[in-house]
Amino acid sequence: MDEKKVILKVRNLTKEFKIKSHKLGEKPQILHALTDVSLDVYQGETLGIIGESGCGKSTFGKCLVQLHKPTRGSVEYQGENILGLKKGEMKNIKKEIQMVFQDPFSSLDPRMTAGKLVEEPMIAHKTEKDRKSRSKKALQLLQTVGLDIQHVHRYPHEFSGGQRQRINIARALALNPKLIVCDEPVSALDVSIQAQVLNLFNQLQRQYGLTYVFISHDLSVIKHISDRIAIMYLGRIVEICRAQELYENPLHPYTRALLSAIPPESPFEKRERIVLEGEIPSPIGEQKGCPLAGRCSFCKERCRNEMPGLCDRGDGHQVACFLYESK
Amino acid sequence: MSKELLTVENLKTYFFTASGVSKAVDGVSFTLEKGQTMGIVGESGSGKSVSASSIIRLLPKIGKIVDGKIEFEGKDILKLGKKELLNFRGKDIAVIFQDPMTSLDPVFKIGNQMVEMICAHQDISKKEARAIAVEALKKVGIPQPEKRMDSYPYELSGGMCQRVIIAMAVCCKPKMIIADEPTTALDVTVQAQVLELLQELQKEMNTSILLITHNLGVVWKMCDTVMVMYAGKTVEYAAAETLYRNPMHPYTWGLLDSMPKLSDKVKEELKTIPGTPPDLRLTGTGCNFCNRCPYAEEKCRAEVPPLVEIEKGHFIACHRQNKTEKLARGEGKKNG
Repeated sequence: MDEKKVILKVRNLTKEFKIKSHKLGEKPQILHALTDVSLDVYQGETLGIIGESGCGKSTFGKCLVQLHKPTRGSVEYQGENILGLKKGEMKNIKKEIQMVFQDPFSSLDPRMTAGKLVEEPMIAHKTEKDRKSRSKKALQLLQTVGLDIQHVHRYPHEFSGGQRQRINIARALALNPKLIVCDEPVSALDVSIQAQVLNLFNQLQRQYGLTYVFISHDLSVIKHISDRIAIMYLGRIVEICRAQELYENPLHPYTRALLSAIPPESPFEKRERIVLEGEIPSPIGEQKGCPLAGRCSFCKERCRNEMPGLCDRGDGHQVACFLYESK
Repeated sequence: MSKELLTVENLKTYFFTASGVSKAVDGVSFTLEKGQTMGIVGESGSGKSVSASSIIRLLPKIGKIVDGKIEFEGKDILKLGKKELLNFRGKDIAVIFQDPMTSLDPVFKIGNQMVEMICAHQDISKKEARAIAVEALKKVGIPQPEKRMDSYPYELSGGMCQRVIIAMAVCCKPKMIIADEPTTALDVTVQAQVLELLQELQKEMNTSILLITHNLGVVWKMCDTVMVMYAGKTVEYAAAETLYRNPMHPYTWGLLDSMPKLSDKVKEELKTIPGTPPDLRLTGTGCNFCNRCPYAEEKCRAEVPPLVEIEKGHFIACHRQNKTEKLARGEGKKNG
C-alpha cells in the first residue's frame, strides 16, 4: 500500500451552499454539504464512497471534477493544486479527470448519435483533429465498452439503459483519462445489466490502469468494486479503510448500523439489527459536535461539543470517533 | 374456510399500442394465502407492476386484461361493476407505490388527505376520521402525530412520507396490501425501518402482502413465497426457502448469480446473463428466455413451456427441467 503513488490528494475540502432568505435583510443560512474532507486516492485503485442520500457524496464527486467550486480546502492532482488554476490550465487537467453520471437517460444529448456523442469530447478538447481518425477512434471506444459498428449511427432513445451507460463510459474514456469519478453509475440499472456494467468497469481498469472514485449508496455494489471504502455521514468522512476490513471489522457506530440494515443474503440468515433512532439531522445552520451524536447509543457529553477527527487505527484504517481515540 | 385470499390464474394483460400489441403480462398464475407475504421479483419491464395494477384493475386505457381469472375471496374481480370496484380498492386492497414523494398530493395537508380517504370508504364523520388518522400515524411511528396532520408532504423526508402512505393504507384495515417497490426510493437504513414496520403491522392485523421488488435481499427478509417473472411470464414460483436452496429455472440462476453479495471476494468477476430482455411485442412463440439461455434447445424456440408443479408447491416453466430430465446448475456457466 505504501509504495503506491498518490494520484489525488484532498485536504480539508469544504463546500457550503448559501440558502437565500425570503425576508428582507435577513442573513442567508448556510448549508454545510461537505465539511473538512481529507483523503488520498492511490493510483490504480478504486475508492468507494458510500452514504445515505443527502450526505454529500455527489457534492464531493462534483468538487473533484470542478463542477462545484469548493468553499475551502485543496484538491491536488499529481502534486498540483487544481483549485487555483486558470481556465486554460484547467482544461488540460479536465482531460485526465472524467466523470460518469447516474442517470443514463438524461446525461446523453437525444439529438446526437452514439458515434457523435463519443466524438464530442475529442472535439471539445481538440485531441483528434482529423475527422476520419476521430470517427475511427470513436468506433474503437464503442467496441471496448461492448457496443458494435451497428450502434454508431443510432440515437440515445434506441438504446437500453445499460447500453446508454456504456456510451457514457466510452465518452469518459475518449480523452484517455487517468481518473474517473463515477457518480452512482449503476443504480438506475437492473441487476443483470448492473452486473454486466460492473464487470466492464473492472475490465477497463485492468486494461487501462484507471483509477476510480466510485460513489454509490448500495453497499454490496461498493464492496464488489472497491479496494478501499470511505463512509460519509452528513458531509463528513466517518470511516475509511480497505473494503474487506470494513465488512469484517467495522468500527464506527454509524458503519455498524449501516451494515446491519442491509437486507439478508438468504432467507435463513438472521442479522442483529442496530437501530439508529431518529432521522439524519439537517445540514443547515451551525454544526457542532459529532454529526451522529443525537442518534448514537455511545454518545457522551464530549461528542455533543467536539468533532472527533479521523485517527488511524493501524493499516490505514481511519475512523472519526472518540471511542477509538485513546486506544 | 379456505385459506386462499387471492387466486390469479393465467392472467394476460396486453397493451394495444400504435406499434403493435405489447404482451406486458402473458400468463401469470399464483395464489396468496391469508396472512402471508408473496414477493414478485424480476427485471424492469417484466410485468411485475402491470400484474399488480391488473389485480386492482387500475390499468391505463390502452391496457386490457384479455384472458385469465382473478379471484379475491371467491369473488371474480374481472366481473365487478364500477361502484363495487371503488369499494374494493382501498377497502379490501390497499396499494403502496414506489415513490413516496409523488404519491401524496403536494398542495394538501397530510391530515386532509388521510381524512378524505377514510371518509370515502367508511360512513363516519370527519372528526372520527381524524381520530382514526392520528391513531394510524401513531402506529407507524411518526412522532407528534397531531401536529404532523397539519404538515404538507414537502415538510417530511422520504421515509416519513412512506410511513404516512403506509398509515393511509392500513387505516381501512385492508385484507391485502400491494406494495409496489415500497423501498426502492429509500436509503438502506430507512428501508430496514419501513420493512420492519410492514412486518409488524402484518402480524398485528393478519394482512396479506404482495411485495413487488427487484431486490432479492428484501425478498429473503420479508416473503414466504416468491414468484420470479421474466418478460411477462411466471418462470418460477416457490416458497422462499426452496427458491434459495433449490432454484430450478435458468433465469433464476442467472438472477441469483448476478447479484453482488457481501460475502463475495473483492473484485471477483460477477456472473452475468448475456444479452438483454426481449421486445414484448415479439414474445409468445417460444420460451421468452431462449435467446439468453445457455441451455436452450430447438424445442425452447418453438414451443411455449407450460407452468408445471415439479415438486409440491414448486412451479416452474422450462422445457428442460421436468420429472424425466434435470439440468445441473453451473453447467452452462462456462459460456456465461
